[in-house]
Amino acid sequence: MEYEAIIGLEVHAQLLTKSKIFCSCTTQFGASPNTNTCPVCLGMPGVLPVLNKKVVECAIKTGLALKCEVAPYSVFARKNYFYPDLPKGYQISQYEHPLAKNGYLDIELEGTVKRIGITRVHMEEDAGKLMHEIEGAVTGYSYVDFNRTGVPLLEIVSEPDIRSGEEASIYLQTLRSILRYLEVCDGNMEEGSLRCDANISVRPKGQKEFGTRAELKNMNSFKFVRMALDYEIERQIEVLEEGGTILQEARLFDSKQGITISMRGKEEAHDYRYFPDPDLVPIEPGKDWVEEIKAALPELPQQKKERFTRDYSLPEYDSRILSTSKALADYFEECVRLFPQPKAVSNWIMSELLRLLKKDNREIEECPVSPQQLAALFHVMDKGTISGKIAKQVFEEMYETGSSAEDIVRKKGLTQVSDGAEIETIIAKVLAANPDGVEKYRNGNTKVFGFFVGEVMKETKGKANPKIVNQILQEKLKT
Amino acid sequence: MKISRDQVEHIALLARLEFSEKELEAFTRQMDNILTYFDKLKEVDTTLVEPTSHAIRVTNVFREDEVKKSIALDLSLKNAPEQEGNCFRVPKIIE
Repeated sequence: MEYEAIIGLEVHAQLLTKSKIFCSCTTQFGASPNTNTCPVCLGMPGVLPVLNKKVVECAIKTGLALKCEVAPYSVFARKNYFYPDLPKGYQISQYEHPLAKNGYLDIELEGTVKRIGITRVHMEEDAGKLMHEIEGAVTGYSYVDFNRTGVPLLEIVSEPDIRSGEEASIYLQTLRSILRYLEVCDGNMEEGSLRCDANISVRPKGQKEFGTRAELKNMNSFKFVRMALDYEIERQIEVLEEGGTILQEARLFDSKQGITISMRGKEEAHDYRYFPDPDLVPIEPGKDWVEEIKAALPELPQQKKERFTRDYSLPEYDSRILSTSKALADYFEECVRLFPQPKAVSNWIMSELLRLLKKDNREIEECPVSPQQLAALFHVMDKGTISGKIAKQVFEEMYETGSSAEDIVRKKGLTQVSDGAEIETIIAKVLAANPDGVEKYRNGNTKVFGFFVGEVMKETKGKANPKIVNQILQEKLKT
Repeated sequence: MKISRDQVEHIALLARLEFSEKELEAFTRQMDNILTYFDKLKEVDTTLVEPTSHAIRVTNVFREDEVKKSIALDLSLKNAPEQEGNCFRVPKIIE
């Protein structure tokens, strides 16, 4: 039987605010345990949480970018459950009245566009960090650090419109790119500032009703999201094919084994008993505020991609890669401003620059070559001072040392040899050393031409101007 | 009865509370009384009153995104029943 998977994603994004959502403790990552805490985030009795305005602003921004309706009236609710990382015995979240709902996100799948519905975007507080081992401590206990408690989160819930691990991964990448453009979240999945859970079920193709769903947790990279979901789809189909039933349960992805494991028995039955939090007053954003935020929205990845294709005459593929991050797009535009040949700049960034960054696992923000330096290299190349091949060497050196293109070319004596007389002498030498080759060529075996070019390049350590070499070589071989 | 003993037991479990048979009976009776009283409140005509979770109508109370000093670590940990390595120590949670 043919099956189809029904997947909805729940994404948690840590917001880039300076202070926590309901108190003034810093959100800075990496501080010594429990030093960024106060009576509010420790959940002491009698304290009063007060909402950080920036959190609402970030949520509205995100809601608008995801084409949601921003609610005229929004309320915080208490989600009640016990877990040691939650000092109050409840998490302040939103339930009945989320700040934004009914939006969508368009994702690109091999040339076609698919629209994924966004059910809701709501605000909530993060929980603390549980550690199961700490250095020098007795075993048999868990340890709680409340520094993360109260760090603001957005929960972004998609409709069950996703059909494969691949689609889920692309959805997540597209969403991450938007959150980064909006500067609301740094999108770091390894450090947990962007987390993803999935609800997934399968059903025979053509059936209307959904199957029983499992909840997948702990997928902290795009690759793991794809792997975990693809594994889970196969697993559920197998269970059904063997006449079994799918349990509604939470499952963890084990990235080492590439499988999902049931968390059965490790969780109490959920009964969150949500109710409006009486400590926090309702939010009514009002049209003016929403319009103000809308007007200040930056150009988003999709719009930027379209503009690059239109204004710089770039292929769609180039525009998409260059607009994945705002920093990369800015880098490209600055280079083009200084060296107005967009396609040449794009080619260089996509092949040479991104290759080196990827090798060192660096972001464009950490690129040692500035757009000014790269543009200077293009000018050196354009003047014919060095060939494209040498330019690649020079670029690698610029990347390693941070020196300018001019300095490297001068110091290493890499200036291209375009002097006809000089090249002629070398060609004469090469031809004299290979009389057999010359004869072959004259007997019609033109393939040896490439061999001669190679020899000349070898003699000049790649510095000979290839155009002039070709021209003189052709003349010499004719006679 | 507005509430069953099973429901009271369930709520006790969710609140991580344990009660004796006698207590369970007493609480079931008391909670039943409370819920019965709501019938009395329901007699009030509220057709023109919007539901609210607040006694006074206040909206949009915000603070600016400013960092203030957190409290001293020893104060933070003062209420911890057990502590170690600057952390709250709790019974082992198996992942």
